[in-house]
Amino acid sequence: MRRYLVIALPYLWLLGLFLVPFLIVLKISLSDLNLSIPPYLPQLDPSAGWAGLKDFFSQLDFENFVFLTEDDLYWKAYLSSLKIAVVATFFTLCVGYPMAYGMARAPSEWRPTLMMLVILPFWTSFLIRVYSWMGILSNEGFLNQFLLWTGIISEPLVIMNTTTAVYIGIVYTYLPFMILPIYSALEKMDDSLLEAAEDLGCSRLQAFWLVTFPLSKSGIIAGCFLVFIPSIGEFVIPSLLGGSDTLMIGKVLWEEFFNNRDWPVASAVAVILLAILVIPIILFQRNEQKQREADG
Amino acid sequence: MRRFSWFNLTSLTLGFAFLYLPMLILVIYSFNESKLVTVWAGFSTKWYGELMQNEAFLDAAWVTLQVGVISSTIATVLGTMAAHIMVRGGRFFGRTLFSGMIYAPLVMPEVITGLSLLLLFIGIGLDRGVLTIVLAHTTFSMCYVSVVVSSRLVSFDKSLEEAALDLGCTPFQAFRLVTLPIIMPAVISGWLLAFTLSLDDLVIASFTAGPSATTLPIKIFSSVRLGVSPEINALSTIMIGIVTVGVIGFSVISKRNIARAEADARAAERT
Repeated sequence: MRRYLVIALPYLWLLGLFLVPFLIVLKISLSDLNLSIPPYLPQLDPSAGWAGLKDFFSQLDFENFVFLTEDDLYWKAYLSSLKIAVVATFFTLCVGYPMAYGMARAPSEWRPTLMMLVILPFWTSFLIRVYSWMGILSNEGFLNQFLLWTGIISEPLVIMNTTTAVYIGIVYTYLPFMILPIYSALEKMDDSLLEAAEDLGCSRLQAFWLVTFPLSKSGIIAGCFLVFIPSIGEFVIPSLLGGSDTLMIGKVLWEEFFNNRDWPVASAVAVILLAILVIPIILFQRNEQKQREADG
Repeated sequence: MRRFSWFNLTSLTLGFAFLYLPMLILVIYSFNESKLVTVWAGFSTKWYGELMQNEAFLDAAWVTLQVGVISSTIATVLGTMAAHIMVRGGRFFGRTLFSGMIYAPLVMPEVITGLSLLLLFIGIGLDRGVLTIVLAHTTFSMCYVSVVVSSRLVSFDKSLEEAALDLGCTPFQAFRLVTLPIIMPAVISGWLLAFTLSLDDLVIASFTAGPSATTLPIKIFSSVRLGVSPEINALSTIMIGIVTVGVIGFSVISKRNIARAEADARAAERT
């Protein structure tokens, strides 16, 4: 009896607060905008019975999805989110790999401290970490003050409210997600493999490219997905650091809902976003599975 | 003994400078006298004083704390149950669906989670306030708790539980007396993670909060949209300080516990 209670409680919770809400989004994405409370049609009228149910379903259609393909704001926003996520993931890898490598090759008594230094920002508020760049990147911010002082530039650079600032924000906030899986892959590596490669005539660079890099591949893949997947739907970074020309779908959804109050279109945007995310999520899961099998 | 090579030392120094300089600047400039955040005009703690006078921020902080404690506590209970079912539960109806529902919220974009919960709350006519934020936060953080706890459950010896059952424990007693003490560190980490996620969350809270309850991130967000302000710098410094002390303190305690457990194990071997 108790066993069923233990299963039922979290099960029902997730059904009611995760699955059902999502089905509601799906349903509203097929509804029409209407000036009423709540602002969409049709509403299910349980008292009408079977006929009401049939009527309800006959009023659902794919109009909002057709609308999304017709208005180029939306597909441009999807494409630009994907592009921003890909580019930002690449930059995060470029910054994160040398750090993970340096940590894995550090003296072993240093490693717990370095590890802590990577994890600490993760526990610090995301919002504050994004905010901290606002004072740095603005026209009279610290970066420009510094560059003007050194004489590298004579006019302040415009970085704040551009897509560049969004890249910086994503690299900064998601860096720990890139470092940790790569570090754990590199840390497991046996040093004698490198010695063997060098004994067999590899240069250090060749040894890195032929031995270390392939062995860290699963860490790289995991890290890239951990950065790429959340970046696509990112809202905070583009709305604080990005400008009006930075299109990201998370921001579009937010504005569609809060500013335009168009719930059906906002829901349709959400459904398509999720459909786009399914592919990278499945690939990520497969990589994890392969890794587990290789370890086990 | 391995030493730092020049290349590794450089990449680590630059990398950690990149990670920590922005926050360091934020902390330093929270003690700035001037209202202009990028011009240094002498040391002052006046922004902390103004922050303490700001009723709106204090109210929001109180709501955030309440939501954080309640939601992470419920999430820890539900998440631990979920982890136990996934690892020890065997087969039951709808197991695949259940594991899907545990993992999906981890990768779901926050805007979608927020939107879907809001539409649910409106659909069932629940007024938005502290309760709805708690429900929303519990839902996504229980999934994180369950992942943390199940990784601990997988790694520990199942025969300990079976022995307890053989010796006449009811399943609940076996859980309380054997399993729970062993997985306790993971449960605590899960709670801390859930608590941090709740304190941190802006997007889901914005969807599920009503006019009667505003959380600190919502307040911060609406204020920093207008630009950098020394008051927010002061608030950020306090939050960064709490997290730093908390994380370092927690790791010192857990390191000491591990050392003690190892010493006990060695002592037990000797006798």
